[in-house]
Amino acid sequence: MYLTKEEERILAGEFGEGTQKALELLVAIGGAYDAEKMIPISRAHAASSGQEGDLYFVELLANSGARCKVPTSTNPVYDIEYFDKLFDVPKDEGEVARRVMDAYKRVGAIPSWSCVPYLAENIPLYGETVAFSESSATPYVNSVIGARTNREAAQSALAAGVIGKAPEYGLLIRENRKGTHLVKVEAILKDEFDYTLLGYYVGKRIGYGIPVLKGISRQPSTEEFINFCAMSNVSGAISMFYMPEFTVEASTVEEAFQGDVPKDKISVTDHELRQACDELQTTSGGIDFVMLGCPHYTLKQVRDVAKLLNGKKIHDGVSFWVCTSATAKVLAERNGYVDTIERAGGHVVVDTCIDEPCWIAYKDQVGITDSPKCAYYRRFKEAMVARLQDCVEAAIRGRWG
Amino acid sequence: MKSLDVTLKCHKIIGGYGEGEALVSHEPICFYLTDPKTGVVRERSHELAGKNLANKVLVFPSGKASSVVQIDGLFKLASHNVAPKALIVKDVETVLVVSAFLVKIPLVDRLEKDPFEIIQTGDFVKVDAEKCRVTITRK
Repeated sequence: MYLTKEEERILAGEFGEGTQKALELLVAIGGAYDAEKMIPISRAHAASSGQEGDLYFVELLANSGARCKVPTSTNPVYDIEYFDKLFDVPKDEGEVARRVMDAYKRVGAIPSWSCVPYLAENIPLYGETVAFSESSATPYVNSVIGARTNREAAQSALAAGVIGKAPEYGLLIRENRKGTHLVKVEAILKDEFDYTLLGYYVGKRIGYGIPVLKGISRQPSTEEFINFCAMSNVSGAISMFYMPEFTVEASTVEEAFQGDVPKDKISVTDHELRQACDELQTTSGGIDFVMLGCPHYTLKQVRDVAKLLNGKKIHDGVSFWVCTSATAKVLAERNGYVDTIERAGGHVVVDTCIDEPCWIAYKDQVGITDSPKCAYYRRFKEAMVARLQDCVEAAIRGRWG
Repeated sequence: MKSLDVTLKCHKIIGGYGEGEALVSHEPICFYLTDPKTGVVRERSHELAGKNLANKVLVFPSGKASSVVQIDGLFKLASHNVAPKALIVKDVETVLVVSAFLVKIPLVDRLEKDPFEIIQTGDFVKVDAEKCRVTITRK
Protein backbone atom coordinates (compact mmCIF):
# COMPACT_ATOMS: atom_id res chain seq x y z
CA MET A 1 0.00 0.00 0.00
CA TYR A 2 1.30 3.44 -0.92
CA LEU A 3 1.79 5.70 2.11
CA THR A 4 2.48 9.42 2.11
CA LYS A 5 5.40 10.87 4.08
CA GLU A 6 2.95 12.13 6.68
CA GLU A 7 1.32 8.70 7.01
CA GLU A 8 4.74 7.12 7.47
CA ARG A 9 5.49 9.59 10.26
CA ILE A 10 2.18 8.75 11.95
CA LEU A 11 3.06 5.05 11.74
CA ALA A 12 6.48 5.78 13.23
CA GLY A 13 4.70 7.23 16.26
CA GLU A 14 5.74 10.85 15.77
CA PHE A 15 2.23 12.05 16.59
CA GLY A 16 1.61 9.77 19.56
CA GLU A 17 0.53 6.21 20.14
CA GLY A 18 -3.17 6.87 19.58
CA THR A 19 -2.91 8.07 15.98
CA GLN A 20 -0.23 5.44 15.37
CA LYS A 21 -2.55 2.59 16.43
CA ALA A 22 -5.45 4.10 14.49
CA LEU A 23 -3.44 4.19 11.28
CA GLU A 24 -1.93 0.75 11.90
CA LEU A 25 -5.46 -0.66 12.00
CA LEU A 26 -6.48 1.14 8.80
CA VAL A 27 -3.33 -0.06 7.01
CA ALA A 28 -4.00 -3.65 8.13
CA ILE A 29 -7.54 -3.46 6.70
CA GLY A 30 -6.21 -1.87 3.52
CA GLY A 31 -3.68 -4.70 3.26
CA ALA A 32 -6.40 -7.32 3.60
CA TYR A 33 -8.24 -5.81 0.64
CA ASP A 34 -5.18 -4.80 -1.45
CA ALA A 35 -6.09 -1.11 -1.18
CA GLU A 36 -3.62 1.02 -3.10
CA LYS A 37 -3.77 4.02 -0.82
CA MET A 38 -5.61 5.91 1.89
CA ILE A 39 -8.19 8.49 0.80
CA PRO A 40 -9.69 11.40 2.76
CA ILE A 41 -13.07 10.98 4.45
CA SER A 42 -15.29 13.84 5.56
CA ARG A 43 -17.05 12.18 8.53
CA ALA A 44 -17.37 8.96 10.48
CA HIS A 45 -19.79 7.16 12.75
CA ALA A 46 -18.43 4.83 15.43
CA ALA A 47 -20.85 2.14 16.57
CA SER A 48 -19.81 2.45 20.19
CA SER A 49 -21.23 -0.43 22.20
CA GLY A 50 -19.98 -0.33 25.74
CA GLN A 51 -18.29 -3.71 25.45
CA GLU A 52 -14.78 -4.54 26.57
CA GLY A 53 -13.10 -4.51 23.15
CA ASP A 54 -14.74 -1.17 22.42
CA LEU A 55 -13.55 0.24 25.74
CA TYR A 56 -9.98 -0.97 25.19
CA PHE A 57 -9.59 0.71 21.81
CA VAL A 58 -11.29 4.04 22.53
CA GLU A 59 -9.37 4.43 25.80
CA LEU A 60 -6.11 3.54 24.05
CA LEU A 61 -6.75 6.37 21.59
CA ALA A 62 -8.17 8.89 24.05
CA ASN A 63 -5.49 8.32 26.69
CA SER A 64 -2.65 8.85 24.25
CA GLY A 65 -3.99 12.13 22.97
CA ALA A 66 -5.61 11.10 19.68
CA ARG A 67 -8.51 13.36 18.64
CA CYS A 68 -11.06 13.05 15.85
CA LYS A 69 -10.02 14.97 12.77
CA VAL A 70 -13.45 14.87 11.10
CA PRO A 71 -16.95 14.86 12.66
CA THR A 72 -17.38 11.44 14.25
CA SER A 73 -20.70 10.53 15.85
CA THR A 74 -21.43 7.70 18.27
CA ASN A 75 -23.96 4.89 18.67
CA PRO A 76 -26.18 4.54 21.75
CA VAL A 77 -24.86 2.92 24.91
CA TYR A 78 -27.37 3.63 27.68
CA ASP A 79 -28.63 6.44 29.89
CA ILE A 80 -26.81 5.36 33.04
CA GLU A 81 -28.59 7.72 35.45
CA TYR A 82 -32.06 6.87 34.17
CA PHE A 83 -31.59 3.11 34.51
CA ASP A 84 -29.74 3.29 37.82
CA LYS A 85 -32.84 4.82 39.36
CA LEU A 86 -35.07 2.01 38.12
CA PHE A 87 -33.07 -1.21 38.09
CA ASP A 88 -30.10 -2.94 39.68
CA VAL A 89 -27.75 -2.70 36.73
CA PRO A 90 -24.55 -4.51 37.81
CA LYS A 91 -22.02 -1.95 39.07
CA ASP A 92 -19.17 -3.18 36.86
CA GLU A 93 -21.38 -2.97 33.74
CA GLY A 94 -22.33 0.60 34.61
CA GLU A 95 -18.67 1.43 35.09
CA VAL A 96 -17.77 0.11 31.61
CA ALA A 97 -20.57 2.16 30.03
CA ARG A 98 -19.47 5.30 31.88
CA ARG A 99 -15.83 4.85 30.85
CA VAL A 100 -16.74 4.18 27.20
CA MET A 101 -18.90 7.30 26.97
CA ASP A 102 -16.26 9.38 28.72
CA ALA A 103 -13.48 8.14 26.41
CA TYR A 104 -15.49 8.85 23.23
CA LYS A 105 -16.01 12.40 24.48
CA ARG A 106 -12.31 12.76 25.26
CA VAL A 107 -11.35 11.53 21.79
CA GLY A 108 -13.47 14.36 20.42
CA ALA A 109 -16.42 12.36 19.09
CA ILE A 110 -19.95 13.82 18.89
CA PRO A 111 -21.88 12.44 21.89
CA SER A 112 -24.92 11.74 19.73
CA TRP A 113 -25.41 8.23 21.21
CA SER A 114 -27.78 7.58 18.35
CA CYS A 115 -27.98 4.81 15.74
CA VAL A 116 -29.64 7.17 13.22
CA PRO A 117 -27.04 9.99 13.27
CA TYR A 118 -27.51 10.57 9.52
CA LEU A 119 -30.87 12.24 10.32
CA ALA A 120 -29.57 15.04 12.50
CA GLU A 121 -26.21 14.93 14.25
CA ASN A 122 -23.87 13.86 11.44
CA ILE A 123 -25.42 14.02 7.98
CA PRO A 124 -23.36 12.82 5.00
CA LEU A 125 -23.85 14.48 1.63
CA TYR A 126 -24.30 12.84 -1.75
CA GLY A 127 -20.97 11.62 -3.10
CA GLU A 128 -19.00 12.11 0.12
CA THR A 129 -16.57 9.42 1.23
CA VAL A 130 -17.27 8.51 4.85
CA ALA A 131 -16.69 5.68 7.36
CA PHE A 132 -20.00 4.71 8.93
CA SER A 133 -20.26 1.64 11.12
CA GLU A 134 -23.61 0.40 12.52
CA SER A 135 -25.08 -2.15 10.12
CA SER A 136 -28.34 -0.23 9.71
CA ALA A 137 -26.59 3.09 9.03
CA THR A 138 -24.17 1.76 6.40
CA PRO A 139 -26.84 0.89 3.78
CA TYR A 140 -28.82 4.08 4.49
CA VAL A 141 -25.77 6.23 3.89
CA ASN A 142 -24.73 4.32 0.75
CA SER A 143 -28.15 3.97 -0.83
CA VAL A 144 -30.59 6.62 0.40
CA ILE A 145 -28.02 9.42 0.67
CA GLY A 146 -25.50 8.23 -1.92
CA ALA A 147 -22.40 8.83 0.16
CA ARG A 148 -19.78 6.06 0.06
CA THR A 149 -18.87 3.92 3.03
CA ASN A 150 -17.67 0.41 3.66
CA ARG A 151 -19.17 -1.89 6.25
CA GLU A 152 -17.04 -0.71 9.14
CA ALA A 153 -16.56 -1.98 12.66
CA ALA A 154 -16.76 0.58 15.49
CA GLN A 155 -12.97 0.60 15.79
CA SER A 156 -12.18 1.00 12.09
CA ALA A 157 -14.71 3.86 11.85
CA LEU A 158 -13.23 5.56 14.91
CA ALA A 159 -9.71 5.09 13.53
CA ALA A 160 -10.84 6.64 10.23
CA GLY A 161 -12.37 9.56 12.14
CA VAL A 162 -9.09 10.13 13.99
CA ILE A 163 -6.90 9.93 10.88
CA GLY A 164 -9.45 11.60 8.58
CA LYS A 165 -8.83 8.88 6.00
CA ALA A 166 -9.88 5.37 5.07
CA PRO A 167 -8.23 2.70 2.91
CA GLU A 168 -9.63 2.80 -0.61
CA TYR A 169 -11.43 -0.48 -1.24
CA GLY A 170 -14.87 -2.05 -1.55
CA LEU A 171 -17.84 0.28 -1.69
CA LEU A 172 -15.64 3.37 -1.91
CA ILE A 173 -14.96 2.38 -5.52
CA ARG A 174 -17.75 2.85 -8.07
CA GLU A 175 -17.31 -0.51 -9.86
CA ASN A 176 -17.89 -2.35 -6.59
CA ARG A 177 -21.20 -0.63 -6.03
CA LYS A 178 -23.11 -2.44 -8.74
CA GLY A 179 -26.17 -4.53 -7.99
CA THR A 180 -25.80 -8.29 -7.48
CA HIS A 181 -29.39 -9.57 -7.07
CA LEU A 182 -32.64 -8.52 -8.71
CA VAL A 183 -35.62 -8.45 -6.34
CA LYS A 184 -39.03 -8.19 -7.97
CA VAL A 185 -41.38 -6.65 -5.41
CA GLU A 186 -44.95 -7.73 -6.13
CA ALA A 187 -46.18 -7.26 -2.57
CA ILE A 188 -48.15 -4.12 -1.76
CA LEU A 189 -46.10 -2.17 0.77
CA LYS A 190 -48.47 -0.15 2.91
CA ASP A 191 -46.57 1.00 5.96
CA GLU A 192 -43.32 1.03 7.92
CA PHE A 193 -43.86 -2.50 9.16
CA ASP A 194 -44.16 -3.83 5.60
CA TYR A 195 -40.67 -2.44 4.97
CA THR A 196 -39.50 -4.18 8.13
CA LEU A 197 -40.79 -7.48 6.74
CA LEU A 198 -39.38 -6.74 3.28
CA GLY A 199 -35.93 -6.05 4.74
CA TYR A 200 -36.05 -9.14 6.89
CA TYR A 201 -37.06 -11.33 3.94
CA VAL A 202 -34.58 -9.86 1.45
CA GLY A 203 -31.68 -10.14 3.93
CA LYS A 204 -32.56 -13.74 4.62
CA ARG A 205 -32.83 -14.73 0.96
CA ILE A 206 -29.73 -12.92 -0.28
CA GLY A 207 -27.42 -13.04 2.71
CA TYR A 208 -24.56 -10.97 1.38
CA GLY A 209 -24.98 -8.73 -1.66
CA ILE A 210 -26.36 -5.56 -3.24
CA PRO A 211 -30.04 -6.10 -4.08
CA VAL A 212 -31.80 -4.04 -6.72
CA LEU A 213 -35.50 -3.78 -5.87
CA LYS A 214 -37.88 -3.34 -8.75
CA GLY A 215 -41.59 -2.65 -8.45
CA ILE A 216 -41.64 -0.29 -5.48
CA SER A 217 -44.69 1.77 -6.37
CA ARG A 218 -44.29 4.92 -4.30
CA GLN A 219 -41.61 6.98 -2.54
CA PRO A 220 -40.66 5.19 0.70
CA SER A 221 -40.60 7.39 3.80
CA THR A 222 -37.51 8.00 5.93
CA GLU A 223 -38.80 5.50 8.49
CA GLU A 224 -39.56 2.89 5.83
CA PHE A 225 -36.00 3.18 4.52
CA ILE A 226 -34.59 2.93 8.05
CA ASN A 227 -36.56 -0.26 8.69
CA PHE A 228 -35.51 -1.85 5.42
CA CYS A 229 -31.85 -1.05 6.18
CA ALA A 230 -31.94 -2.31 9.76
CA MET A 231 -33.86 -5.53 9.22
CA SER A 232 -31.99 -6.64 6.09
CA ASN A 233 -28.92 -6.63 8.34
CA VAL A 234 -30.52 -8.76 11.01
CA SER A 235 -31.13 -11.66 8.64
CA GLY A 236 -28.33 -10.82 6.19
CA ALA A 237 -25.47 -8.41 5.41
CA ILE A 238 -26.75 -5.76 3.00
CA SER A 239 -24.45 -2.73 2.96
CA MET A 240 -26.04 -1.21 -0.10
CA PHE A 241 -29.20 -1.60 -2.17
CA TYR A 242 -31.04 0.12 -4.99
CA MET A 243 -34.67 1.10 -5.38
CA PRO A 244 -34.30 2.87 -8.74
CA GLU A 245 -36.20 6.17 -8.85
CA PHE A 246 -36.21 6.35 -5.05
CA THR A 247 -32.59 5.80 -4.12
CA VAL A 248 -30.12 8.23 -5.59
CA GLU A 249 -27.35 6.39 -7.37
CA ALA A 250 -29.15 4.77 -10.30
CA SER A 251 -32.37 5.85 -11.95
CA THR A 252 -32.96 2.54 -13.73
CA VAL A 253 -32.48 -1.15 -12.91
CA GLU A 254 -29.97 -1.50 -15.77
CA GLU A 255 -27.92 1.39 -14.44
CA ALA A 256 -27.88 -0.18 -10.97
CA PHE A 257 -26.30 -3.34 -12.41
CA GLN A 258 -23.78 -1.20 -14.35
CA GLY A 259 -24.58 -3.21 -17.47
CA ASP A 260 -23.93 -6.55 -15.79
CA VAL A 261 -26.44 -9.38 -15.30
CA PRO A 262 -27.89 -10.20 -11.86
CA LYS A 263 -26.32 -13.14 -10.06
CA ASP A 264 -29.77 -14.24 -8.98
CA LYS A 265 -33.41 -13.12 -9.13
CA ILE A 266 -36.06 -13.43 -6.44
CA SER A 267 -39.57 -12.13 -6.10
CA VAL A 268 -41.50 -11.00 -3.04
CA THR A 269 -45.27 -11.25 -2.88
CA ASP A 270 -47.68 -10.65 0.00
CA HIS A 271 -47.31 -14.36 0.75
CA GLU A 272 -43.56 -14.02 1.52
CA LEU A 273 -44.18 -11.01 3.74
CA ARG A 274 -46.89 -12.87 5.66
CA GLN A 275 -44.53 -15.81 6.03
CA ALA A 276 -41.77 -13.56 7.38
CA CYS A 277 -44.28 -12.09 9.83
CA ASP A 278 -45.44 -15.53 11.00
CA GLU A 279 -41.84 -16.60 11.54
CA LEU A 280 -41.40 -13.73 13.99
CA GLN A 281 -44.45 -14.68 16.10
CA THR A 282 -42.97 -17.07 18.59
CA THR A 283 -45.69 -17.14 21.23
CA SER A 284 -48.77 -15.31 22.49
CA GLY A 285 -50.39 -14.48 25.82
CA GLY A 286 -49.44 -12.14 28.67
CA ILE A 287 -46.61 -9.66 28.10
CA ASP A 288 -44.29 -7.90 30.54
CA PHE A 289 -42.88 -5.20 28.30
CA VAL A 290 -43.18 -3.33 25.01
CA MET A 291 -39.93 -2.22 23.39
CA LEU A 292 -39.95 0.38 20.60
CA GLY A 293 -37.19 2.36 18.94
CA CYS A 294 -34.72 -0.15 17.51
CA PRO A 295 -33.37 1.64 15.49
CA HIS A 296 -34.04 4.84 17.42
CA TYR A 297 -37.47 6.23 16.72
CA THR A 298 -37.66 9.44 14.71
CA LEU A 299 -39.71 12.40 15.91
CA LYS A 300 -42.51 11.25 13.60
CA GLN A 301 -42.57 7.82 15.20
CA VAL A 302 -42.59 9.24 18.73
CA ARG A 303 -45.60 11.29 17.61
CA ASP A 304 -47.29 8.14 16.26
CA VAL A 305 -46.89 6.49 19.67
CA ALA A 306 -48.23 9.58 21.46
CA LYS A 307 -51.28 9.64 19.17
CA LEU A 308 -52.03 5.97 19.83
CA LEU A 309 -51.63 6.42 23.59
CA ASN A 310 -53.45 9.73 23.91
CA GLY A 311 -55.91 9.44 26.79
CA LYS A 312 -55.14 5.73 27.24
CA LYS A 313 -53.55 3.84 30.12
CA ILE A 314 -50.86 1.18 29.72
CA HIS A 315 -51.69 -2.03 31.60
CA ASP A 316 -50.26 -2.15 35.15
CA GLY A 317 -48.14 -5.21 34.51
CA VAL A 318 -46.50 -3.86 31.34
CA SER A 319 -43.37 -1.70 31.06
CA PHE A 320 -43.51 0.45 27.94
CA TRP A 321 -40.33 1.84 26.37
CA VAL A 322 -39.59 4.16 23.47
CA CYS A 323 -35.89 4.60 22.60
CA THR A 324 -35.00 7.71 20.64
CA SER A 325 -32.19 10.22 20.15
CA ALA A 326 -31.61 13.17 22.45
CA THR A 327 -32.28 15.48 19.49
CA ALA A 328 -35.66 13.91 18.71
CA LYS A 329 -36.65 13.87 22.38
CA VAL A 330 -36.09 17.60 22.80
CA LEU A 331 -38.49 18.25 19.92
CA ALA A 332 -40.95 15.61 21.15
CA GLU A 333 -41.00 17.33 24.54
CA ARG A 334 -41.76 20.68 22.92
CA ASN A 335 -44.69 19.09 21.12
CA GLY A 336 -46.00 17.43 24.28
CA TYR A 337 -45.54 13.91 22.88
CA VAL A 338 -43.26 12.81 25.72
CA ASP A 339 -45.79 14.08 28.25
CA THR A 340 -48.61 12.12 26.57
CA ILE A 341 -46.56 8.90 26.58
CA GLU A 342 -45.47 9.37 30.19
CA ARG A 343 -49.02 10.12 31.34
CA ALA A 344 -50.09 6.82 29.78
CA GLY A 345 -47.39 5.12 31.86
CA GLY A 346 -44.59 4.81 29.27
CA HIS A 347 -40.91 5.80 29.21
CA VAL A 348 -39.14 7.81 26.51
CA VAL A 349 -35.42 7.19 26.92
CA VAL A 350 -32.43 8.60 25.05
CA ASP A 351 -28.82 7.43 24.42
CA THR A 352 -29.90 3.81 24.87
CA CYS A 353 -29.53 0.65 22.77
CA ILE A 354 -31.50 -2.57 23.19
CA ASP A 355 -28.30 -4.59 23.23
CA GLU A 356 -27.10 -3.30 26.62
CA PRO A 357 -27.02 -4.70 30.16
CA CYS A 358 -29.41 -1.98 31.40
CA TRP A 359 -32.37 -4.20 30.40
CA ILE A 360 -31.39 -6.86 32.92
CA ALA A 361 -34.80 -6.61 34.65
CA TYR A 362 -36.44 -8.16 31.58
CA LYS A 363 -34.05 -11.00 30.97
CA ASP A 364 -36.55 -13.66 32.04
CA GLN A 365 -39.57 -11.81 30.73
CA VAL A 366 -41.71 -11.85 27.63
CA GLY A 367 -42.51 -8.81 25.54
CA ILE A 368 -43.39 -7.42 22.19
CA THR A 369 -41.62 -5.09 19.77
CA ASP A 370 -42.11 -3.81 16.22
CA SER A 371 -38.46 -4.63 15.44
CA PRO A 372 -36.93 -8.01 14.53
CA LYS A 373 -33.58 -6.38 15.34
CA CYS A 374 -34.70 -5.78 18.92
CA ALA A 375 -35.96 -9.38 19.20
CA TYR A 376 -32.71 -10.76 17.79
CA TYR A 377 -30.52 -9.34 20.56
CA ARG A 378 -31.71 -11.94 23.06
CA ARG A 379 -31.68 -9.61 26.02
CA PHE A 380 -35.09 -11.06 26.89
CA LYS A 381 -36.65 -14.48 27.37
CA GLU A 382 -38.91 -13.86 24.40
CA ALA A 383 -39.74 -10.88 22.20
CA MET A 384 -42.52 -11.17 19.65
CA VAL A 385 -42.71 -8.86 16.67
CA ALA A 386 -45.80 -6.97 15.49
CA ARG A 387 -46.98 -3.68 13.98
CA LEU A 388 -46.74 -0.59 16.18
CA GLN A 389 -50.55 -0.36 16.50
CA ASP A 390 -50.68 -3.96 17.74
CA CYS A 391 -47.80 -3.37 20.16
CA VAL A 392 -49.65 -0.42 21.69
CA GLU A 393 -52.89 -2.36 21.88
CA ALA A 394 -51.08 -5.23 23.58
CA ALA A 395 -49.59 -2.73 26.05
CA ILE A 396 -53.05 -1.49 26.98
CA ARG A 397 -54.59 -4.97 27.23
CA GLY A 398 -51.57 -6.54 28.91
CA ARG A 399 -51.53 -9.40 26.45
CA TRP A 400 -50.90 -10.29 22.84
CA GLY A 401 -52.98 -12.56 20.64
CA MET B 1 -1.32 -40.04 7.56
CA LYS B 2 1.98 -39.33 5.89
CA SER B 3 4.52 -37.27 7.75
CA LEU B 4 4.95 -33.76 6.50
CA ASP B 5 7.29 -30.81 6.85
CA VAL B 6 6.48 -28.00 4.52
CA THR B 7 6.79 -24.22 4.46
CA LEU B 8 4.32 -22.13 2.50
CA LYS B 9 4.22 -18.47 1.60
CA CYS B 10 1.25 -16.46 2.82
CA HIS B 11 -0.10 -12.90 2.94
CA LYS B 12 0.27 -11.02 6.20
CA ILE B 13 -2.71 -9.06 7.51
CA ILE B 14 -1.86 -8.76 11.20
CA GLY B 15 1.80 -9.32 11.99
CA GLY B 16 3.47 -11.35 14.72
CA TYR B 17 4.37 -14.97 15.36
CA GLY B 18 2.26 -17.78 16.73
CA GLU B 19 2.62 -21.55 16.84
CA GLY B 20 0.55 -24.47 18.03
CA GLU B 21 -1.57 -27.42 17.11
CA ALA B 22 -3.82 -26.83 14.12
CA LEU B 23 -7.58 -26.83 14.51
CA VAL B 24 -9.36 -26.85 11.17
CA SER B 25 -12.93 -25.62 10.76
CA HIS B 26 -14.70 -25.82 7.41
CA GLU B 27 -17.48 -23.60 8.75
CA PRO B 28 -17.24 -19.86 9.53
CA ILE B 29 -16.39 -19.00 13.12
CA CYS B 30 -18.11 -16.65 15.56
CA PHE B 31 -15.85 -16.12 18.56
CA TYR B 32 -18.78 -14.94 20.63
CA LEU B 33 -20.23 -18.45 20.53
CA THR B 34 -17.36 -19.91 22.56
CA ASP B 35 -16.88 -20.16 26.31
CA PRO B 36 -14.87 -17.00 27.09
CA LYS B 37 -13.13 -18.66 30.05
CA THR B 38 -12.04 -21.89 28.36
CA GLY B 39 -12.19 -21.38 24.59
CA VAL B 40 -14.57 -24.31 24.04
CA VAL B 41 -16.92 -23.83 21.06
CA ARG B 42 -20.49 -23.66 22.37
CA GLU B 43 -22.35 -23.32 19.07
CA ARG B 44 -24.26 -26.59 19.13
CA SER B 45 -24.66 -27.18 15.41
CA HIS B 46 -21.03 -26.23 14.60
CA GLU B 47 -18.54 -28.85 13.40
CA LEU B 48 -16.17 -27.67 16.17
CA ALA B 49 -18.83 -27.90 18.90
CA GLY B 50 -17.12 -29.03 22.11
CA LYS B 51 -13.61 -28.50 20.66
CA ASN B 52 -11.26 -26.01 22.27
CA LEU B 53 -9.75 -23.05 20.38
CA ALA B 54 -7.33 -22.15 23.17
CA ASN B 55 -3.72 -21.85 22.01
CA LYS B 56 -4.49 -23.48 18.66
CA VAL B 57 -3.63 -22.29 15.19
CA LEU B 58 -7.14 -21.86 13.84
CA VAL B 59 -7.73 -22.58 10.14
CA PHE B 60 -11.17 -21.41 8.99
CA PRO B 61 -12.94 -20.04 5.91
CA SER B 62 -14.22 -16.74 7.36
CA GLY B 63 -15.75 -14.98 10.32
CA LYS B 64 -19.45 -14.44 10.81
CA ALA B 65 -22.01 -12.50 12.90
CA SER B 66 -22.19 -8.81 13.80
CA SER B 67 -19.04 -6.79 14.31
CA VAL B 68 -19.82 -6.06 17.95
CA VAL B 69 -20.20 -9.67 19.04
CA GLN B 70 -17.32 -10.98 16.93
CA ILE B 71 -14.84 -8.44 18.30
CA ASP B 72 -16.10 -8.80 21.85
CA GLY B 73 -15.93 -12.58 21.56
CA LEU B 74 -12.26 -12.74 20.58
CA PHE B 75 -11.40 -9.97 23.05
CA LYS B 76 -12.91 -11.97 25.93
CA LEU B 77 -11.02 -15.12 24.91
CA ALA B 78 -7.77 -13.15 24.80
CA SER B 79 -8.35 -11.53 28.19
CA HIS B 80 -8.68 -15.04 29.68
CA ASN B 81 -5.56 -16.21 27.79
CA VAL B 82 -7.53 -18.80 25.84
CA ALA B 83 -7.48 -17.20 22.39
CA PRO B 84 -5.97 -19.02 19.40
CA LYS B 85 -2.23 -18.43 18.82
CA ALA B 86 -2.68 -17.56 15.15
CA LEU B 87 -5.43 -17.33 12.55
CA ILE B 88 -5.26 -18.69 9.00
CA VAL B 89 -8.30 -17.62 7.02
CA LYS B 90 -9.57 -17.94 3.48
CA ASP B 91 -11.96 -14.99 3.07
CA VAL B 92 -11.03 -12.12 5.29
CA GLU B 93 -13.27 -9.13 6.08
CA THR B 94 -12.94 -5.89 8.04
CA VAL B 95 -14.39 -7.22 11.28
CA LEU B 96 -11.94 -10.11 11.45
CA VAL B 97 -9.01 -7.74 10.83
CA VAL B 98 -10.20 -5.48 13.66
CA SER B 99 -10.72 -8.47 15.99
CA ALA B 100 -7.21 -9.84 15.43
CA PHE B 101 -5.65 -6.37 15.59
CA LEU B 102 -7.15 -5.59 18.99
CA VAL B 103 -5.86 -8.78 20.58
CA LYS B 104 -2.55 -8.83 18.65
CA ILE B 105 -2.96 -12.30 17.14
CA PRO B 106 -1.23 -12.92 13.80
CA LEU B 107 -3.74 -13.20 10.94
CA VAL B 108 -2.75 -14.43 7.47
CA ASP B 109 -4.50 -15.44 4.27
CA ARG B 110 -3.63 -16.44 0.66
CA LEU B 111 -1.47 -19.45 1.47
CA GLU B 112 0.21 -20.62 -1.72
CA LYS B 113 -1.73 -23.89 -1.37
CA ASP B 114 -5.31 -24.41 -0.20
CA PRO B 115 -5.00 -24.56 3.61
CA PHE B 116 -7.95 -26.96 3.82
CA GLU B 117 -6.13 -29.45 1.61
CA ILE B 118 -2.75 -29.25 3.27
CA ILE B 119 -3.45 -28.64 6.96
CA GLN B 120 -5.17 -31.22 9.19
CA THR B 121 -6.34 -30.85 12.75
CA GLY B 122 -3.47 -31.94 15.00
CA ASP B 123 -0.63 -30.83 12.69
CA PHE B 124 1.94 -28.54 14.30
CA VAL B 125 1.81 -25.15 12.61
CA LYS B 126 4.10 -22.12 12.90
CA VAL B 127 2.73 -18.86 11.57
CA ASP B 128 5.42 -16.25 11.01
CA ALA B 129 3.31 -13.39 9.69
CA GLU B 130 6.26 -10.98 9.61
CA LYS B 131 8.12 -13.24 7.19
CA CYS B 132 4.88 -14.25 5.40
CA ARG B 133 5.59 -17.92 6.13
CA VAL B 134 3.55 -20.83 7.45
CA THR B 135 5.32 -24.07 8.40
CA ILE B 136 3.35 -27.29 8.81
CA THR B 137 4.79 -30.39 10.50
CA ARG B 138 3.14 -33.79 10.88
CA LYS B 139 4.93 -36.69 12.54
